[in-house]
Amino acid sequence: MSMLQIETDPAGMDPTAVPVAPERGMVGRSPGRLAWERLRRNRTAMVSGWIMLFLVVLGVSAPLVELLYGIGPYEQFQDRIANNSLPLGYLGGISGDHWFGLEPKLGRDIFIRLVYGLRTSLLIATSAAVITTAIGIVLGIVAGYLGGWIDAVISWVIDFALALPFLIFALAVMPTVTARFYGPRDEIDVPFRIAVMILLFAMFGWTGTARLVRGQVISLREREFVEAARASGAGLGHILFRQLLPNLWAPILVTFSLAVPGYITGEAALSFLGIGIVEPTPDFGVMISNSLDYMDGDPMYLIIPGFVIFLLVLTFNLFGDGLRDALDPKSSR
Amino acid sequence: MTEPLLKVRGLTKHFAVRQGAAGGKALVRAVDGVDLDVHPGETLGLVGESGCGKTTTGRMLVRLLDPTSGSIEFEGRDITRLGRSAMRPLRQDLQIIFQDPYSSLNPRHTVGKIVAMPLEVNGIKPPGGIKTRVQELLELVGLNPEHYNRFPHEFSGGQRQRIGIARALALRPKLIVADEPVSALDVSIQAQVVNLLRDLQRELDLAFVFIAHDLAVVRHFSRRVAVMYLGKVVEVGDRADIYERPRHPYTKALLSAVPDVAAFGEPRQRIRLTGDVPTPLNPPSGCRFRTRCWKAQDICATEEPALITRDGSAQAVACHFPEPAGPEAAVLVPAQATAHVSEVTE
Repeated sequence: MSMLQIETDPAGMDPTAVPVAPERGMVGRSPGRLAWERLRRNRTAMVSGWIMLFLVVLGVSAPLVELLYGIGPYEQFQDRIANNSLPLGYLGGISGDHWFGLEPKLGRDIFIRLVYGLRTSLLIATSAAVITTAIGIVLGIVAGYLGGWIDAVISWVIDFALALPFLIFALAVMPTVTARFYGPRDEIDVPFRIAVMILLFAMFGWTGTARLVRGQVISLREREFVEAARASGAGLGHILFRQLLPNLWAPILVTFSLAVPGYITGEAALSFLGIGIVEPTPDFGVMISNSLDYMDGDPMYLIIPGFVIFLLVLTFNLFGDGLRDALDPKSSR
Repeated sequence: MTEPLLKVRGLTKHFAVRQGAAGGKALVRAVDGVDLDVHPGETLGLVGESGCGKTTTGRMLVRLLDPTSGSIEFEGRDITRLGRSAMRPLRQDLQIIFQDPYSSLNPRHTVGKIVAMPLEVNGIKPPGGIKTRVQELLELVGLNPEHYNRFPHEFSGGQRQRIGIARALALRPKLIVADEPVSALDVSIQAQVVNLLRDLQRELDLAFVFIAHDLAVVRHFSRRVAVMYLGKVVEVGDRADIYERPRHPYTKALLSAVPDVAAFGEPRQRIRLTGDVPTPLNPPSGCRFRTRCWKAQDICATEEPALITRDGSAQAVACHFPEPAGPEAAVLVPAQATAHVSEVTE
């Protein structure tokens, strides 16, 4: 009996438990909460997380920034552009009025265009990541749990999508799709271009998540807690979404946070090549593409957007890595 | 004799496996014609070495696996081929406790959610609410009901197994299949969990199919015992008969391998079986134990012995040459077996 008392003694249960208020003492710390505490101890992840958050807030509140900054993304300051089309002043015209200088020739403010470019980039990247993750979860979980011919078909589609070269496919699809909806002289709407890009990413991007989820489900489905649910008469929906899905959030969250920077660079690359966002909409890829013409005279025009996109991708990746370490302490760095 | 709660006849499970580079199909005869009866409120122990089909049998009893052939009758009703919706009301009477307390609880669910799962899945609203019922169950298995909101990783193995037991009890089942419920636990915790199961059985009038490879645990807990070897039941009978007067050579060998603290230091005779268990891909003809049996003769290879009662003894045995019935049998070591019997001093 004494053994039993020791076993059920709440004080002796969790030696690592931090002292908490007595009324909260009985509430267990969920795996998610433990992961959050590990993440908070990871300095790299926290610093990059804060920078990431700052950039996201900056991009999301772009119109507000415009209001405070007092300059719009399409305003041209021709009076500060010299005859050789380079901005006046040092370092590409950096001054108190124009924090990151001006674009050569048109004389638009680089800072506010970067803020708007951030918004476009994050909009495309996060929506693409959300859509691909959702598709990947559903197909992966179904393929992994049901197995058999369903798994075979889904796995074949995954292999097929992975084998297609994305860039060539995108180069071929983008003009074809726009030609289908717009005449050769029509102005193509920005939302339409954004939608087609998201669609392109969604078509190719879900495969990674689907594979990951499928593998996880295969390793989980033989666990006895799944059998316990089946033995109690649980249906397919309950097993897939109530029993299995809560165990998949950790890897899904990690792939999601690592997918976003992938789509940021992907979007910039497509726009750089001229098949994504086009002038005059502010965008990283377009800006870098334009800056190549002025690399000798105005290197800051290339360096500034290059650095911002580098910072954005780096912080997302570092935070994603930190998240993985926090959620899965067993994995090696 | 009352009508058995669970009546199993000719239960068979064959798994198809691919063999060789050519990908030819082969059959693993995991369970091959098992007959069992479980009466209300009684415990049937199912023992045998690893890979003999105990667990597969247990999973078929609760319909986690579909039998290849044979029949399972529960309260006189054939449940072998029932679909999921038809099976649902019966699931409430038929529950399972798992071997591994670490994989049998969903790590992302609180204890309350785990124990409440069977109630939710079956849409049962107990009087006083689900939470009250869950706390009752936790108390019943000797856990602090205040631990409702804790997660499995905060509990020890023994406590986790208690949570699994509480979950199995949630639907007030009549029969519980306990699949090696204590083999993953510490010896000191094993006794607690077995005693808990026994107390619950008395309190709630449960029938158990208790699967184990630990003969001492089965002896402690079961009223009747069935011994399995390579997918078949070789001997079944009351606990006292099986343990004191084993009639099948395999049972005898199995029992002789159990260390006896009372006889510590004295030389004792242990029957050493030679060779490995034959593969269930291609089991021996006739009696499956003949390849390792010291009594095997020609008939054993040609004719499969039926599981029947012989010579007026109570237990059924599947052997052409069973050990003689009677109290003196246990100490008698067969003369032909000298080559297999060694003196062991422990």
